[in-house]
Amino acid sequence: MSDKEPLFSAKNRKLLTNPLSAENPITVQVLGICSALAITAKLEPAIVMSLSVMAVTALANVIVSLLRNTIPSRIRIIVQLVVVAALVIVVDQVLKAFAYNVSKQLSVFVGLIITNCIIMGRLEAFALGNKPWPAFLDGIGNGAGYGVILIIVAFFRELLGSGTLYGFHVIPKVLYDMGYQNNGLMILPPMALITLGIIIWVHRSRNKGLIESN
Amino acid sequence: MENLINIFIKSIFIDNMVFAYFLGMCSFLAVSKTVKTSMGLGIAVVFVLGITVPVDYLLNKYILESGALTWFDSSFANVDLSFLSFIMFIAVIASMVQLVEMIVEKFAPALYSTLGIFLPLIAVNCAILGGSLFMQERGYNTLAEATTYGLGSGIGWLLAIVGISAIREKIRYSNIPAPLRGLGITFIVTGLMGIAFMSFMGIKL
Repeated sequence: MSDKEPLFSAKNRKLLTNPLSAENPITVQVLGICSALAITAKLEPAIVMSLSVMAVTALANVIVSLLRNTIPSRIRIIVQLVVVAALVIVVDQVLKAFAYNVSKQLSVFVGLIITNCIIMGRLEAFALGNKPWPAFLDGIGNGAGYGVILIIVAFFRELLGSGTLYGFHVIPKVLYDMGYQNNGLMILPPMALITLGIIIWVHRSRNKGLIESN
Repeated sequence: MENLINIFIKSIFIDNMVFAYFLGMCSFLAVSKTVKTSMGLGIAVVFVLGITVPVDYLLNKYILESGALTWFDSSFANVDLSFLSFIMFIAVIASMVQLVEMIVEKFAPALYSTLGIFLPLIAVNCAILGGSLFMQERGYNTLAEATTYGLGSGIGWLLAIVGISAIREKIRYSNIPAPLRGLGITFIVTGLMGIAFMSFMGIKL
């Protein structure tokens, strides 16, 4: 609470680690699903996407948290969106400069980071009521929680759908000779939903507290 | 007129926002617990899409496109502001959503309290920004076409969310493995609905 609180106090560390599992933005808070489905057919774009989202969430959290006492609540959504949109344009330009091929693969979805509900949800729920440093940690934590799920989904979809990981073939040739085939259905968007459903299943059977009542 | 009907049908069934592009999933999953609330959110989305897509169309045509500013002065013929489209589109969307939020709060307080955080989140509903971006990408030629497209994709979204919420209301009475209850089974059902809707994709009108 006070300024003397150490940077990585137990409370702050919680902000960082909670979103990885117990408060995971995708599987528990149900935020940011759209992009999670669209870009997880391959591992590489999924990793780049997670890093971009993490950067935008953390920075947007810090900026909005700094501005929190000056934003009138009636127009807060517009202010938040302008902050996020400006950051996304920066990320887009950086990706174009340093990772051109991946940025071409991601195309529209870099723009759709603006509408990623994780960012907006965290701004509304956390950054508006907290100091910049906890807000920064919360942003990093939620970005990472999002990334973990994205990478797990992309891992299975790329492995089963195209038999590669990060572009390298990992299924041995012998298996193909024996009649193994890549499952083309895994590349299609509906399978992302079903994969995610199974991840939630596994996650919740290990964390009984998250099971819904109805 | 035939063209408009074509766009309308296409945007509802074939290019369905939820099942063909998986846009607007967050509120789709979180608000679809009862038919009543999902109907309310669906109508709000139709309304917002029906307004923002034509407004963004005008914005794109007269300000953002390469050479769009020539109506103002012929010396602007080489100006291309399309890199600004994200921020301009989102500004229009956010102000429209704020307007809808105020109207709903004033005239339907019960609906306002049920929708909760998800009303402001319409602003970050990917379906709304996605609608504007698809409109820009596909280059609809007239205002009527853009409006039809906006309304059509809104209705498609409404159809999807009402469908899934009806299924969820029924599924509550079935015996699902405990960890799969709620969110998990909703994902899987949506996936199956998506596979079913993929059969529309081959149809050409």
